[in-house]
Amino acid sequence: MLNTFSAIFEALPYLLNGALVTSGIVIGAMGIGLVLGVHMAVGQVYGNRAVRWLVGLYVWFFRGVPVLVLLFLFYFGLFTLVGLNLSAFAASTLVLGMTTAAYQSQIFRGAILSLPKGQLQAARALGMSDIKAIISIILPQALRFSIPGWSNEYSIILKDSALAFVLGTSEIMARSHFVASRTYQYLPLYITAGCLYFALTWIGVRALLKLEAKVRIPGYSH
Amino acid sequence: MTEPKEPILRIENICKMLGGKEILKSVSLSLHKGELKVLIGPSGAGKSTLLQCINFLIPPDKGRVWLEGNEIRSRRKRDLYAFRQQVGMIFQDFNLFDHLNALENVAVALRKVKKMNRQAARNRAVAELERVGLADKIGLYPAELSGGQKQRVSIARALAMDPKIMLLDEPTSALDPELIGEVLTVIRDLVRRGMTMVLATHQIGFTRTLADEVLFMENGRIIEQGSPEVLLSPNACTRSRDFCSRLNELFAENE
Repeated sequence: MLNTFSAIFEALPYLLNGALVTSGIVIGAMGIGLVLGVHMAVGQVYGNRAVRWLVGLYVWFFRGVPVLVLLFLFYFGLFTLVGLNLSAFAASTLVLGMTTAAYQSQIFRGAILSLPKGQLQAARALGMSDIKAIISIILPQALRFSIPGWSNEYSIILKDSALAFVLGTSEIMARSHFVASRTYQYLPLYITAGCLYFALTWIGVRALLKLEAKVRIPGYSH
Repeated sequence: MTEPKEPILRIENICKMLGGKEILKSVSLSLHKGELKVLIGPSGAGKSTLLQCINFLIPPDKGRVWLEGNEIRSRRKRDLYAFRQQVGMIFQDFNLFDHLNALENVAVALRKVKKMNRQAARNRAVAELERVGLADKIGLYPAELSGGQKQRVSIARALAMDPKIMLLDEPTSALDPELIGEVLTVIRDLVRRGMTMVLATHQIGFTRTLADEVLFMENGRIIEQGSPEVLLSPNACTRSRDFCSRLNELFAENE
C-alpha cells in the first residue's frame, strides 16, 4: 500500500509534465483543426464543385482511417516522403490536427447550414460580397452554435492524443507506462493517468461552457 | 413640353424558372424618381421572386435591368455589389443579423461596404434608428425586439446605405395586426420624403391612398396596371378590384 502511494507520489511531477505535453498536443491539434475546419466548411457550403469534391475527399479519408494508422502512415511514411523531418510531438499534433479538421469541418458545416437563408440574403442585399458576408455575418453566428459540438470534439481529441504514445511522444500515457514498468505499480499508475485525462476533459469542457455563456446572443435561443 | 424623363429603374423581360415551373413570364416595369409602385396579387403570383430578381438575389434566367440608364452587368461582381448598395431591400421576415444589436445591424454594412470609420458609422446608424423611432432600442438584439421594431430596424439598415430605390417585399405580412401600423407609418414617411419604391403588399387601404401605380400580378405576369383610382374604384370591372374586395371581405370578417 505504502509502495503504491509513494510510487504515485514520486511519479506525479513527471506525470504532470506529461499532462502539459498532452495539453500541447491537444491545443495544437484543436487549433489546426479550427483553422482548417472553418475553411473546409466554408468551401463545402459555398465553394464550387471542385472545392466541394476536394473537401469531401479529405473528410472521407480522415474519417475513414483509424487515428493509429494515420499516425504511423504520416510519421513513418508521408512526412518523410515530402521531406518533413518532424519530432514525434510535432507529428502527433499535426496528424491529430488534420484528423480533427475533418470532423470539425462537419460541425461548422452543420452550423452554417442551420442559419436562416435570409442572413446571407440580407448581407448580399446590402452590397456585401459573399466573402464579407461569410466573415461578418455567417461565421460569427455559426461559430457560436458550434461550441457544444466543438467541446465534444475536444474531449475526443484529448483521449485520442494518448495514441501519440506509440510514436514515442512523452505525454501522459507514455510516462505512466514508463513509470509503471519500472515500479511494477501498473494499476495505480494507469488509474492516475485516467484521472489526469478526466481532469483535463473537465477543465476544457468547463472552459468551453464558460465561453458559450460569454458569447451568447442576448434573448436568443437556438 | 417637358421631355419624358428617364426612369431611375427599368427592367425588361425578366423570366425565371424555379423547380421546372415558370415563376416569372417576361415581366417588365419602369420606375421614375419618387414613384411608389405597388405589387399586389395572390400568393405564388411571383411578387417576391420579381423583387429578388431585380437586385439579383435570385438571378433571372433572362431579362435586363437598368439603373439610371446604365445596364447592370450582374456577372461582374464589382458592378453587382455596387448596384445592390443602391437598392435597399426590405424582407417579409426582416432578416436582421441575429448576432448584432440594432445599432450594429445598421452600422455593419456602413463599415464593411461603405468603409466608414467606426464613429461615423455609429453616428449614422443612431440617426437612422432615431428616424424610425427606435432611439431607445439601439442596444437591443433582434431576439429582444418585437416584429414591428425589427422591421423598423431593417428599414433603418436599408436607408443608412442611401439607396436610390427601395424594394419592399410584404414588409407587414409577418406582423401581428397591432404592429402593422408602426411599420406603415415609417413607410408612409418614406413616401412623403420622395423615396422611389416598389412595394409588394396585401395592405389595400395603404395602396389606395399612396400608390402612384398598382401592378396586379398573377401567374408570373403583370396582368393589370394603372392608378389605384382606376384599377380599384368600386365600379371598375378589373381583376385587381375583384381581388381587393375579396381581401377586404376577409378582413371585415376577421373583425
